[in-house]
Amino acid sequence: MLTNHAKLMQFFSVANEVTGRKKLQKMIYILQKCGMPFEEKYEFHFYGPYSEELTLRVEELCNLGFIHEEKEDKINYYQYHYTITNDGEEFLHQFAMDMPDFSSQVEAMKGKSSRFLELVATMLYFDGLSTEENIAKVHTVKPKQKYTNEEIQAAHAFIEGLKQ
Amino acid sequence: MAYKDEQLHEEKVFKDPVHRYVHVKDRVIWDLIAAPEFQRLRRIKQLGTTNITFHGAEHSRFNHSLGVYEIVRRIITNFEGRPHWNSEERLLCLCAALLHDLGHGPFSHSFEKVFKLDHEYFTQQIILGDTKVNAILERVAKGFAQDVSDVIAKTYKDKLVVSLISSQIDADRMDYLQRDTYFTGVSYGHFDMERILRVMRPMEDQVVIKYTGMHAVEDYIMSRYQMYWQVYFHPVTRSAEVILSKILHRAKVLYEDSNYTFKLEPTHFLSFFTGHVKLQDYLKLDEGIVSYYFQLWQEEEDDILSDLCERFTNRRLFKYIEFNPNLQMNEWMELHRLFMNAGIDPDYYLVVDSSSDLPYDFYRPGEEEERLPIHLLMPNGELRELSRQSEIVESISGKKRTDHKLYFPIDLIEKIEDSTVKKRVEEILSGQGEVKNAN
Repeated sequence: MLTNHAKLMQFFSVANEVTGRKKLQKMIYILQKCGMPFEEKYEFHFYGPYSEELTLRVEELCNLGFIHEEKEDKINYYQYHYTITNDGEEFLHQFAMDMPDFSSQVEAMKGKSSRFLELVATMLYFDGLSTEENIAKVHTVKPKQKYTNEEIQAAHAFIEGLKQ
Repeated sequence: MAYKDEQLHEEKVFKDPVHRYVHVKDRVIWDLIAAPEFQRLRRIKQLGTTNITFHGAEHSRFNHSLGVYEIVRRIITNFEGRPHWNSEERLLCLCAALLHDLGHGPFSHSFEKVFKLDHEYFTQQIILGDTKVNAILERVAKGFAQDVSDVIAKTYKDKLVVSLISSQIDADRMDYLQRDTYFTGVSYGHFDMERILRVMRPMEDQVVIKYTGMHAVEDYIMSRYQMYWQVYFHPVTRSAEVILSKILHRAKVLYEDSNYTFKLEPTHFLSFFTGHVKLQDYLKLDEGIVSYYFQLWQEEEDDILSDLCERFTNRRLFKYIEFNPNLQMNEWMELHRLFMNAGIDPDYYLVVDSSSDLPYDFYRPGEEEERLPIHLLMPNGELRELSRQSEIVESISGKKRTDHKLYFPIDLIEKIEDSTVKKRVEEILSGQGEVKNAN
């Protein structure tokens, strides 16, 4: 359904540029958890909440020429940059939509690392647990990341800030 | 003897068209298969509406679940004694494999989209709630049900265990590719599973493939790619799926309309309409019940609901054309207006369906730490991502192929009375390429 494509275009329009697929995945998930009406289905994967639907939808937007993807070879892996194109802006203009304003959340997330956003997304994934259980779960599912108490506290404060 | 160690006096076998035999020796597994929540999977087809296109695709989630269990059983038999493998996790792996799809409902993709449900949530509810399955698992050990649930939810502490059930080369995919190939009758999905099982190696937090098995894995990736485009993304199946989603949507809209009364109260759907689906309501709904309602709703006063149900039941599907939202957005909006002028509700009868609306994924290595790729274990002990080593896999995973189609009922267009409107609709549709029959 094109409505979901248009919602993502709205995101790219607000974000201006997104660096990294992992970061993109976590940003949309965090926005969903903030109540924004993105409908991509997420599951917990090896590196935290991940949506195959989002991956494919972004590919579709790139194929349609609405989003420009730039691939950068980082020797051991590739990194991707996304920007909205003129055709994308035109599509968005035609597809009138009523979306809540999420620019402040996007702005706050853009300045954060993908590692930090992965922590935030993971904490939000287990937000049904108590604070202690939530922290224990983060360490259980992500033992290799070795998140420090400071990072967890910062993520907690960040989540509180997003809710305001 | 503790329940978790209890063995059947004699090994039981299920004859299986894909794996020849499914072997069961553990009492726990035998009891889980007999549980009503697991037996319910017999009444839910593995491929939903695909049997409308491939008439043989009548196999159930029950068949598939037994198949995944059998593959995991064979993998961990091979793992015994290898480094990184903890044999204490054996029963946990078998239970998670058997139960991984327990929360699927009838036509679950459409139900999930329309009613905002998540089958994984219901899998957890069945495993952790007041069910026979939960009672069996908790008899194994206190907290065992939670462990099984965590493995299926991919949040269990031991990632190696999780990756057996859920990774880019897991027992789930290896079973459904072969099983769907067998039952649809296509020839694309074959690969040498025995070879792959022989070259799988347990590592600290994932299953990897010994480098000598790369070509067998290439075959598996190729099978996956072909099955997506030839079976899972088949445009005719998608036409049926579009109509199914619209039926559910229409029924919900009518329920919310206080001026509309169903001829027979749709009891089984009420909690889905209100958004408060209790586990017991969810478990009662199977494909037999859904088909029953679709038969009944053909007699409803509402023209849209009765028409859509008649189409779905009698396979009178929507036609389709290729659609490019970038180049054809204006035409699509004009069609929308023309349909309204002609009295055909475009919300139900003019539908864009995209490949991202379907619940299947391709192999993608992804960005670093985006998702876990398939790793080859090289002779020097290093791990190499598959597409960095295999040109065949690189060529497939690098190719981004997506697909959008526009679905519509040609018979209603042919009946449009206003000749100007009808002519313009036909012009637009024929100008966008060949109109294809979803037959």
